[in-house]
Amino acid sequence: MLDHTPPAPKPEDRIAGGAHTSRIHDSAARHVGGSAVYIDDAAEPAGLLHVCLGLSERAHARLVSVDLGPVRSTEGVVAVFTAADVPGVNEISSSHRGDEPMLAEDTVSYLGQPIFAVAALTRDAARRAARLAVVVYEDLAPVLTYGQARADGTLVWPPMTLKRGDSDAVLAEAPGIVRGRMAIGGQEHFYLEGQIALAIPGEDDEVTVHTSTQHPSEAQALVAKVLGTVNSAVTAEVRRMGGGFGGKESQSNLFACVAALVAKKTGRAAKIRPDRDDDMVITGKRHDFEVDYLVGHDADGKILAVDMQLAARCGWAADLSGPVTDRALFHADNCYHYPAVHLTSRPYRTNTQSNTAFRGFGGPQGMVAAERVIEEVAYACGLDPLEVRKRNFYGTVSDNVTPYHQTISDNCIRNLVAKLEVDCDYAGRRAALHAANDASPVIKRGIALTPVKFGISFTSTAYNQAGALVHIYNDGSVGLNHGGTEMGQGLYVKVAQVVAEEFQIDADRVRITATTTGKVPNTSATAASSGADLNGMAARAAAQTLKGRLVAFAAEAWSVAPETVLFLPNRARVGNQEIAWGELIHKAYLARIQLSATGFYKTPTIHWDRDAGRGHPFYYFAYGAACVQAALDTLTGEYRIERADILHDCGRSLNPAVDRGQIEGGFIQGLGWLTTEELWWDGAGRLRTHAPSTYKIPACGDRPRIFNVALYENENREETIYRSKAVGEPPLMLGIAGLHALSDAVASVAGHRHCPRLDAPATPERVLDAVDRMRALADHAPSAQP
Amino acid sequence: MRHAIRFLLGHEARTIEACDPTLTVLDWLRGSERLIGTKEGCNEGDCGACTVVVVRPEGAPGAERLRYRTVDACITFLGQLDGCQILTVEHLRGADGSLHPVQRLMVEEHGSQCGFCTPGFVMSLFAMTKDLPAATGDVWTSANPIDDALAGNLCRCTGYAPIVRAAERALATPEADAFDAAHDDTLARLLALRDDETVAVSGPKGRFLAPATTGALIELVAEHPGATIVAGATDVALWVTKGLRALDPVIWLGRVRDLAAIAETPQGLHIGAGVTLAAAGAALAKLHPDLGELFRRHGAAQTRNAGTLGGNIANGSPIGDAAPALIALGATLHLASRTGTRDLPLEDFFVAYGRQDRAADEIVTGVTVPPLPAGALLAVYKVSKRFDEDISAVLGAFRLTLDAGRIREARIAYGGMAGTPKRAAQGEAALMGQPLDAASVPAFKAALAQDFSPLSDMRASAAYRLKVAGNLLERLIHEAGPGAPETRLAAIGAPAHA
Repeated sequence: MLDHTPPAPKPEDRIAGGAHTSRIHDSAARHVGGSAVYIDDAAEPAGLLHVCLGLSERAHARLVSVDLGPVRSTEGVVAVFTAADVPGVNEISSSHRGDEPMLAEDTVSYLGQPIFAVAALTRDAARRAARLAVVVYEDLAPVLTYGQARADGTLVWPPMTLKRGDSDAVLAEAPGIVRGRMAIGGQEHFYLEGQIALAIPGEDDEVTVHTSTQHPSEAQALVAKVLGTVNSAVTAEVRRMGGGFGGKESQSNLFACVAALVAKKTGRAAKIRPDRDDDMVITGKRHDFEVDYLVGHDADGKILAVDMQLAARCGWAADLSGPVTDRALFHADNCYHYPAVHLTSRPYRTNTQSNTAFRGFGGPQGMVAAERVIEEVAYACGLDPLEVRKRNFYGTVSDNVTPYHQTISDNCIRNLVAKLEVDCDYAGRRAALHAANDASPVIKRGIALTPVKFGISFTSTAYNQAGALVHIYNDGSVGLNHGGTEMGQGLYVKVAQVVAEEFQIDADRVRITATTTGKVPNTSATAASSGADLNGMAARAAAQTLKGRLVAFAAEAWSVAPETVLFLPNRARVGNQEIAWGELIHKAYLARIQLSATGFYKTPTIHWDRDAGRGHPFYYFAYGAACVQAALDTLTGEYRIERADILHDCGRSLNPAVDRGQIEGGFIQGLGWLTTEELWWDGAGRLRTHAPSTYKIPACGDRPRIFNVALYENENREETIYRSKAVGEPPLMLGIAGLHALSDAVASVAGHRHCPRLDAPATPERVLDAVDRMRALADHAPSAQP
Repeated sequence: MRHAIRFLLGHEARTIEACDPTLTVLDWLRGSERLIGTKEGCNEGDCGACTVVVVRPEGAPGAERLRYRTVDACITFLGQLDGCQILTVEHLRGADGSLHPVQRLMVEEHGSQCGFCTPGFVMSLFAMTKDLPAATGDVWTSANPIDDALAGNLCRCTGYAPIVRAAERALATPEADAFDAAHDDTLARLLALRDDETVAVSGPKGRFLAPATTGALIELVAEHPGATIVAGATDVALWVTKGLRALDPVIWLGRVRDLAAIAETPQGLHIGAGVTLAAAGAALAKLHPDLGELFRRHGAAQTRNAGTLGGNIANGSPIGDAAPALIALGATLHLASRTGTRDLPLEDFFVAYGRQDRAADEIVTGVTVPPLPAGALLAVYKVSKRFDEDISAVLGAFRLTLDAGRIREARIAYGGMAGTPKRAAQGEAALMGQPLDAASVPAFKAALAQDFSPLSDMRASAAYRLKVAGNLLERLIHEAGPGAPETRLAAIGAPAHA
């Protein structure tokens, strides 16, 4: 009699690099060896042209004349193109709003807008020539500031409203009211590899574009649109990006389209790699916001009602500003239950770079506003802000409906925060730091613990789909392709782990190949933290299809029942014999079994009605919390982040090392956004922080000396890929604790009696201003707010 | 005259007989050599993605040893490689293709995500394990030299934590490598490249001239009034990479060995114009720890290893960082031309924004820093948006001499407050005869408003600059007074130096 029970695997009888293991990034050895190939590293095709864009010198103007004669006559220049040369449609709005010409036509709408493209034999010649155009402008009034935007009133997108309960009525009766306005700065992505595209012309209308993009399918579609052809004529491909962070979701399209235009017009390969300064001047960034808030609360720090208007400077074109400002509203509750709430967005059109996706996609700005509200209530009630946070957390069985009427069913924030609070000794350290501050005239320290709840799914429901393509070659090696792109986040290795796990083969046997529209069509952007959730499931589906075929084959070939065919590490058990994986595959091939399959996945249960402000936009939520300690100098406003303790929920982590990397990196990036990263435009609308010399992302020494990161054990309740959770964006918002630690230190100047109202980014200058405001308050009326 | 640049690319000897004067090492590596591991991130020496290691013999004649210095390839002209060994990320793997220990540790610690900054980090880590002082630009914090070795490398993905874990392991368990084995051979080969010829190479865009003696330098400058004099090129290279300027000829003073000397003289410490910021910082740190701390934050290792004190002064930056400190110290600047030499107080060199007291045929040859007078108190404070590798919003330098508890002499200079580094004449006057205590502060602050009308720009507003400039005196008073309250956040641990 046959024994159908699989033997219990011995500890060593496991595949290498399966799910939930800390497998090294697939390109790590190539990264450290300098052999990982980015687009600019690839061998250049013969006859390659280098492209540079000629940019507007005005924030808003009519183009009276554009004399390109000096550009054309520059040595080495081969061709110059303007909007008039576009064979298809000169329009590249990623949101199909028709407001984003690839090259300016009769007006320019921001300083830095591309007007023409020059193609030359060398990059140096193209750069020199691009500066030689003689452009006559007729200036129009620019809209640069919030004041100007409010007066002008033009929106790039219809605003959204979320409403639950009668906030006006509750606010009218509330025992305590706080009203204020918070400025929240934007953020430059500062991907280390700048924007780049290389287009190689094909036959007839065909073209292949190598583009550093998070969204190859959109690059493909927009290139086709600009060239006046169909999507099938265009192939967009990307093996890896040197960082994306949202900055290559839509902003990369311009470069792909320009390269393709030049390639098709000249019949030569064309590469565009803007200098860092041009990149920063041309492309959009994280939206800055100005949030007006009105909160009603009781004497115990319980929030009764919140009314917020979230205004954003969206820049000259819509881009993704609608969904970004929507997501700000979706996260203006963070982890807190607002019994009555009214939230509105104001996505203003301004004559600045077109702001775009950036890790968190508006969510961080909404969450920063929520934490300001908490802080206001805490100071108004004389409570520790953490206590106010805890008193307002969403419940698990009641008080669990969001402003968008989704019931939260996976809330773990109370337990997560409780654990972190104890683990990092928040209370003891807070008391000690505050006591020490009294004896320290110059340096003051502060501490804060803030939570994160981040909704996972694209709010545009159609985006929540993915495809994969898995080949098993007849030697047993596996080729994996899917629609997700690799920008450093470890997506490729995670999906390879999924396929390895499904087939029970060592992950080394799974070859990861470049993302290309030629293999998997109609893909979504690798964004919204969705990469592993969507593509992992699609790849698993493909693998399961193949496993089904292999089981059927083996059952027939060895005359056993299909249920006796099991996949063990690097082999299959068929009845009572074991067959090595490679042998099984070869036999299947000889038996003419199809060894290639596609997989597809769409996220279940989600729906969203924007007009009604109701629905279930998020499949699930990811949670986390950070406790940060900061020290600041009350004479200069300089500060250091001294310690961070983080507990973050990755569900059942697919790859704990990769996830930890996302948490550490996201935290520091969030911290940078709220502290030293300041975007500064002059009065003419010229971005003056357009290079790392002037725009300061965190350096190595800015990371906290004590940096404790732990994953919170919390299997996803939803059927995500092996019950893991998305991790790309949520940790960025852990950095909010840094802003509040600084705020706590500032508050110590006036005995923690006044809300410091520290805006972001909290540059040393902003911190010193807040310190001086506190000093003035401490010297005068002890309980008045500014 | 030698019409070729000679250096080692890895272990391979290279002779370049024709090249443009402003061809950058980065473009040469990636373009001509197809060594694509070295990346361009910013093209201005601020991100470190193009970090390479330049190896040169340093030390007294007969006692030289190889020093491993990180520099940014994007702001180094090819001619500046003359006489060195240049190592890129491609050179680190063993003969059998195995990863170098620092590469292996970066893999094991998950130190790369997108990977684009990684080769630069690997080179900084490599230099750190071979030669910690050189890898930090010769000044570092005792508690955490890793931060100083890595301050010039930006990573946007990892938050640095895993890279630091790799660095800690690399420092804790040093392993000998192929470069150690080849040390004596490489040293001999590099010493053999030394000569006293003037190097002259040219390309279609102009000439690159590199004299070996001060005399030859002065002659060349006199012969070529339109020449651009380059020391480290950490600023001039940006005229090319960002400004797209054509420079012809370029006269590089990096081969002039007598300009690269530091000497104790009766007048004080004489620092030649060709002394790197690294070496100058290490020497000045011995004068006062605040000077060590200032140089630790002057650019990053890559730019301190390339840039020179003479260049930092001669280019007349309104911020300068070194200049205000040297003015407060009472430094004397030395200039020379065919017609002779000239000395002047450093503050007199800075005439106005973009204008210095230097004739077209004159060169800066050095600066002499006198010792601190007895009873003098020195404090130097740099204030910037980011602690490391940032340009100051305000730099304040104070040399106060007290007599019976009252200020007898005050030399106070600021950077970032005017079109040049400048003394606070009214502020100094307000302090004369006053005790060094809080009562002196209001008059000092009021006087500063007479001295300075700073600009508002992306680094700080005028109001902030003025406020901080005054507050720095309060910091000094706290530090000089009883109780010694905590006043500094900048450095964790005491400054250390080579």
